[in-house]
Amino acid sequence: MFRIVHTRQLSDAVFEMGVEAPAIAAKARAGQFLILRVAEGGERIPLTFSDWSAEEGWIRFIFMRVGKTTHQLSHLQVGDALTDVVGPLGVPTHTEGLGRVAVVGGGVGAAVAYPVSRAMCDVGAEVTVILGARNADLLILEDEFRALPLKELIIATDDGSAGRKDLVTAPLKELCESGAIDASMAIGPAIMMKFCAATTKSYDVPCVVSLNPIMVDGTGMCGACRVTVGGETKFGCVDGPDFDGHLVDFEELMSRQRVYTDDERLADAEYHRECSCTT
Amino acid sequence: MHDVDDTGSPVPPEKPRHKPTRIPRTAMPERGPEERARDFDEVTLGYTEEMARAEASRCLQCRNATCIDGCPVNIDIKSFIGGIIDGDYHEAVAILKERNALPSICGRVCPQEEQCEAACVLARKGEPVAIGRLERWLGDFDLACELEHRCVPEVGPDSGMRVAVIGSGPAGLACAGELRRFGHAVSVFESLHATGGVLTYGIPEFRLPKHIVQAEVGLLEEMGVEIRCDVVVGATYTIDELMTAEGYDAVFIGNGAGLPMFMGIPGENLNGVYSANEFLTRVNLMRAYEFPKADTPVWRGRKVAVVGGGNVAMDAARTAKRLGAEEVFLVYRRTEDEMPARKEEVHHAREEGVEFKMLCSPAEILGKDGFVTGLVANRMELGEPDASGRRSPVCVLGQDFTIDCDTLIMAIGTRANPLLAQTTPDLELSSRGYIMADEHGATSKRGVFAGGDIVTGSATVILAMGAGKVAARAIDRWLKPGAE
Repeated sequence: MFRIVHTRQLSDAVFEMGVEAPAIAAKARAGQFLILRVAEGGERIPLTFSDWSAEEGWIRFIFMRVGKTTHQLSHLQVGDALTDVVGPLGVPTHTEGLGRVAVVGGGVGAAVAYPVSRAMCDVGAEVTVILGARNADLLILEDEFRALPLKELIIATDDGSAGRKDLVTAPLKELCESGAIDASMAIGPAIMMKFCAATTKSYDVPCVVSLNPIMVDGTGMCGACRVTVGGETKFGCVDGPDFDGHLVDFEELMSRQRVYTDDERLADAEYHRECSCTT
Repeated sequence: MHDVDDTGSPVPPEKPRHKPTRIPRTAMPERGPEERARDFDEVTLGYTEEMARAEASRCLQCRNATCIDGCPVNIDIKSFIGGIIDGDYHEAVAILKERNALPSICGRVCPQEEQCEAACVLARKGEPVAIGRLERWLGDFDLACELEHRCVPEVGPDSGMRVAVIGSGPAGLACAGELRRFGHAVSVFESLHATGGVLTYGIPEFRLPKHIVQAEVGLLEEMGVEIRCDVVVGATYTIDELMTAEGYDAVFIGNGAGLPMFMGIPGENLNGVYSANEFLTRVNLMRAYEFPKADTPVWRGRKVAVVGGGNVAMDAARTAKRLGAEEVFLVYRRTEDEMPARKEEVHHAREEGVEFKMLCSPAEILGKDGFVTGLVANRMELGEPDASGRRSPVCVLGQDFTIDCDTLIMAIGTRANPLLAQTTPDLELSSRGYIMADEHGATSKRGVFAGGDIVTGSATVILAMGAGKVAARAIDRWLKPGAE
């Protein structure tokens, strides 16, 4: 069992959770993920680390309440425990020798963009962060980003309730156009990563994306997380989660992410019927 | 060859009991195909005590028991059957467990027809003694006893040495049990949330109930084996860390051959296309057949095509049937004679309505709106024998055809998982990524041993167990004071 040592609600449906896991915390690197089960009979879900402390022996992750598992998670408190936490999984994000970088964090993707940006700053990269969300309420970790030695923090919301009224691709395009960046990384919904990749491609600016395919074991055993990159099949869990965004087949990724939509709705409905909760 | 006279009849044992060969082999009761193909309960029901005694009485108790040589872990088959004949079941269990700590598992999944039973003297003129069924019956007899009456193999005096075992599948469990008998402290590291490896995620409930696996693992814990789930060695700890900071004196790697293979044909990443590993893991480990009571879903197809001819393909096909598929096709590029699956599995699959499409090789997977709709296959014919001695399939031009399906499962084998090797640079690998180990399991890295599928590639449960036991003996020698 893994004891919960921290919870924080970041917005209406977005939560941060910290768990005691010293062995994992000692190894975690930016861009890597964990797999957890909330309880017996629960599914295994992958979540990328948002923060960790090797000294204090905890790891943190951020999740959006969308289905049964994330609903259950959102109800847990400090002192409760998760049945299973495994990690760190996946290849860490490449942060060395990048020069001038733009890191795009869209929605909950900001949770991954934060440790990645921090790691890049630590090795002397010049980092511009573009934080995007539908509206100001959904914007997360702004204070944490402001505490980093960034070159610039650009905020863009769909409705203009915070920062620019723009999609994240608008400032990204400007940075490419003005020759202000040598590389980029995009983390967020697949559709956002797809357009970030397309935007940077026309300027020949590399764009790494952190993919979030469906997984079961997370160690390469099942192959549920197959993605096509440059015409080759890769496993998101052991070959990724980071890939060259210019080579990823995003249409296939999005199609594969939707395969269990009906089942997920059913599980969620059953859960709400049983616990008769309203959230 | 042993103790058999010119006519092929065995030399009479010390206590001749009857004319055993005239008694037919005792059938094992099983549920009818109609009934069993609708649920996940066990297909075969096991012997009753009367059946076990009747079957045991067929054993000739040969002076030189050839069956023992046929067993990869050399169980003293003659003596444990003797125990059943004498009605001394606890003694029989003790003899069995002397060599095999997991009899209820092996009694169910070992290919006895190619091993001990093939070596039984009775097999020459008729049907061999049903050794596997007797092993299963004894194992289950022991599991049904109250804990204090169960046979827990004796643990050796504390050696002061600690061994880390990576993987809780057949190789790791066998190695762990053996190491405890030598008195070494053992921790088994498992990456999943449940123990058993392929016994848990791979082999279906209807062939190997999970409570049996858990009970046999529980007995190892009774022997003092520590089990640590949710640890990925290679990620959470490296092997070097296990041997330094974590204080282990030796390591056994039994993490299995992990990565599922695909064919590299168009359409393989369509929704509804599974590796057998994923399909079976969802159903067995995650219990998707109980969805939504269990949280993990699985795509339940109406028309399912399974590609492959091994036991895993049979398991996947029979599982698909139980999930409610109207039609299940088994697509194999050779013929039934060349299929590597056990005859019993093939027989059960056919009884349950799995349709065999032989001499078919998948060429392309068709889809619509992201979901699989069919499989285009090449018609094959058998040509000259290949390196494996099996006649190799050759494509018949111009005879491609389509099989309609909404689910497709690839059961064409696995390859080595690179996760562990990537973080253990001084571990020598074969060209295909498997760990190089000598006949005792020793690898190129000091104090590190390996066995099972990660050394040999996909094989059987009992071969992996055998490798685990051999390595345990080598580890014991290595740990002895003054040894190299």
